[in-house]
Amino acid sequence: MSVRRVIIGLLAIVVMAAPAVASAQAKEVFIPLLVYRTGPYAPSGIPIANGFVDYFSLVNERDGGLNGVKLAWEECETQYDTKQGVECYERLKAKGPVVVNPYSTGITYQLIPKAPVDKLVVFSMGYGMTAAADGRWFPWVFSFPTTYWSQASAVIRYIGQQEGGMDKLKGKKIAHIFHNSPYGKEANPTLETLSKQLGFDLTLLAVDHPGQEQKSTWLQVRRLNPDWIFMSGWGVMNQVAVKEAASIGYKMDHFIGNWWSANDSDVVPAGEGAKGYKGATFHAPGTSFKVHQDIVKFVYDKGKGSGKKEEMGSPLYNRGIVNAMLSAEAIRTAMTKFGNKPLTGEQVRWGFENLNLTEKRLEELGMKGFTHPIKVTCEDHEGNGPVLFQQWDGKKWSLVSDWIPTMREVVRPKIEEAAIQEGKKLGYEMRDCSKAG
Amino acid sequence: MIYREAGQFKTSYASDQAIFPIAQDRWVVVLAVLAAFLVPPLVANEYWLQAILIPFLIYSLAALGLNLLTGYAGQLSLGTGGFMAVGAYAAFKLTTAFPGVNILIVFLIAGIVAAAVGLLFGIPSLRIKGFYLAVATLAAQFFLVWLFNKVAWFSNYASSGTITAPPRTVFGVMVTGPGATASARYVTALALVAVFALAAKNLVRGRVGRSWMAIRDRDIAAEIIGVRPLRTKLLAFGISSFYCGVAGAELVFLYLGSAETLAFDVGLSFLVLFMVIIGGLGSILGSFLGAAFIVLVPIFLTRVPRSVGLDLPVALQKQIELMVFGALIIFFLIVEPNGLARLWQITKEKLRLWPFPH
Repeated sequence: MSVRRVIIGLLAIVVMAAPAVASAQAKEVFIPLLVYRTGPYAPSGIPIANGFVDYFSLVNERDGGLNGVKLAWEECETQYDTKQGVECYERLKAKGPVVVNPYSTGITYQLIPKAPVDKLVVFSMGYGMTAAADGRWFPWVFSFPTTYWSQASAVIRYIGQQEGGMDKLKGKKIAHIFHNSPYGKEANPTLETLSKQLGFDLTLLAVDHPGQEQKSTWLQVRRLNPDWIFMSGWGVMNQVAVKEAASIGYKMDHFIGNWWSANDSDVVPAGEGAKGYKGATFHAPGTSFKVHQDIVKFVYDKGKGSGKKEEMGSPLYNRGIVNAMLSAEAIRTAMTKFGNKPLTGEQVRWGFENLNLTEKRLEELGMKGFTHPIKVTCEDHEGNGPVLFQQWDGKKWSLVSDWIPTMREVVRPKIEEAAIQEGKKLGYEMRDCSKAG
Repeated sequence: MIYREAGQFKTSYASDQAIFPIAQDRWVVVLAVLAAFLVPPLVANEYWLQAILIPFLIYSLAALGLNLLTGYAGQLSLGTGGFMAVGAYAAFKLTTAFPGVNILIVFLIAGIVAAAVGLLFGIPSLRIKGFYLAVATLAAQFFLVWLFNKVAWFSNYASSGTITAPPRTVFGVMVTGPGATASARYVTALALVAVFALAAKNLVRGRVGRSWMAIRDRDIAAEIIGVRPLRTKLLAFGISSFYCGVAGAELVFLYLGSAETLAFDVGLSFLVLFMVIIGGLGSILGSFLGAAFIVLVPIFLTRVPRSVGLDLPVALQKQIELMVFGALIIFFLIVEPNGLARLWQITKEKLRLWPFPH
């Protein structure tokens, strides 16, 4: 090899590597994580936080970040407490985040007014203020794949299917046991509307924070003897409820938790009694997907896992993965327009609004059959994904239904109505979606 | 040497009865208040204003209110959270019903509503006292929070039961709602707390405060010298609830922006009571010191491990924080059972003799 060739070769390498070296310092996207690994809500908070962090680690370890841009994150402990959550948000805001996942309806309510001012996406996946799913009024808030209102409608549809037709719901007694907070109350208006339309008797039973004390609630359940129970619980409240239901001998396969009330930690304490308990979800449980194998290979085997390997695959752990994946894919979508570099909150907002997660893309991510494709638009920040139902057999969760569609015709007009009401409260004006980029 | 009162003669009743008879005190306080108004809005970043200073001011106001009741009038109360909730919901209902009314006036009326509720729950104080009264006021706490959660009218029938602070201005400057800057909120909270602290200081120096203290120290003796117990105690409940009510309204309007009833649960009542005990019962300064201790120390403790380069898991960090915080409280109460204000007073007395102690 001649000297000239070596020099040319070296020059070529330098020229190609130079931009990479020059921009290597600031190539990060920062994502704050408001977690609660302590307090009464820790049983639910820990698996979500672990799933989240493990997926982000996977993206960094396996793919070297998103198109070469590394993900950076920092956890902040909120104990599911709104005031601590606000403190965390303000503290982490200084690091220039682009998207925040509050993981608490209470904290989401605090952050919604701040988001447009701070130019920061609030992504409340399947929780938060349902009214904010109308993107014309709340451009900075996203709640796909579905919302509490859609979930409630899917639950009623599922119950109808089990009863052998929606007309069979007439005269049936359905109880809604809910956490007495903005979160728990979310489903009530939809259930009330549906109860009028379909003719079932609805009983609303509130359980106060943190939910350890439910004796009076279950006395009422006993007296009422409802045909079905739907529960919107969280944290320690869930396991207490499942235990109580088992101890009064309620038919567990007629007891359905919402997607925050159906995790391993919720049913294991009740032992055998929990067998048959059901829960709504929008992704599969278990570890039989390629993404889990990848996490084991690239994260846990390198000693970078955030939890125990055996605890992978619980519904809430998988929810953390889905949430992290959706955030990452939205950022990736934004990169298709703005380039592979650290983005601003406004650019990431565009990515969220134009997210189109196809079946093919899910397969590439190793999540075929794990969750449902989602398309977000300017009007529709909900994506209106369908809902799955899972059942506990004493050892593990397994899916017991197909994708149950939500009742969009019932829910969407209500969302639009509520969005006007909530948006006006904050002094917002409606955005014209035909002009959105 | 610096802290000497030699040569400062009190030649009139007015100067003898001044709030700060010593010139050094007076100047320090005036400068401190001026600095509080000017420095943070110019220097502090949003995190400091929004997450530390504003809650500190609001909790100080609540602690001030409880201190008037518990510290000066000797009526132990665990209903603070409930009274704050009354203020918050009253302010919300008022400002949504009358959007044109200045938000400061709304705060004051909300305080008056809270005072009325406080009077109502103060009635049992004539017959029961001490721990028994604490339990009776605890009932107020639970009842009020339950009421606001149960009756949708209070939250204007919002499906989630959350109240949201609408945008409102004072002298053309936005102070509530998402568009308000942290500085504007801070100055509003500071102005209110400054006015109310001055009012409280004068209240406790005068006839009302003396009758409260007489009741606190020995109620039968107080009655014999002509203090009317019912009136005095109810007044204490009313004024205390007024302060708490304004603090509750500020909590939603200036700090959180929106709130659910959980923000006013019994934990808040305990928190404010701890502020009063740690800061010093029967001391205006103590209310501020106690609020600072309870608000700032946990935040400080959370940040210590990271700032010294220790990257602990957040859960462990939180648990360490709780343990250290608890130990600090015990330590302070052993060193000075009368609170931080008393420590400050001792320091001042030592300073007067410095550098020639006996």
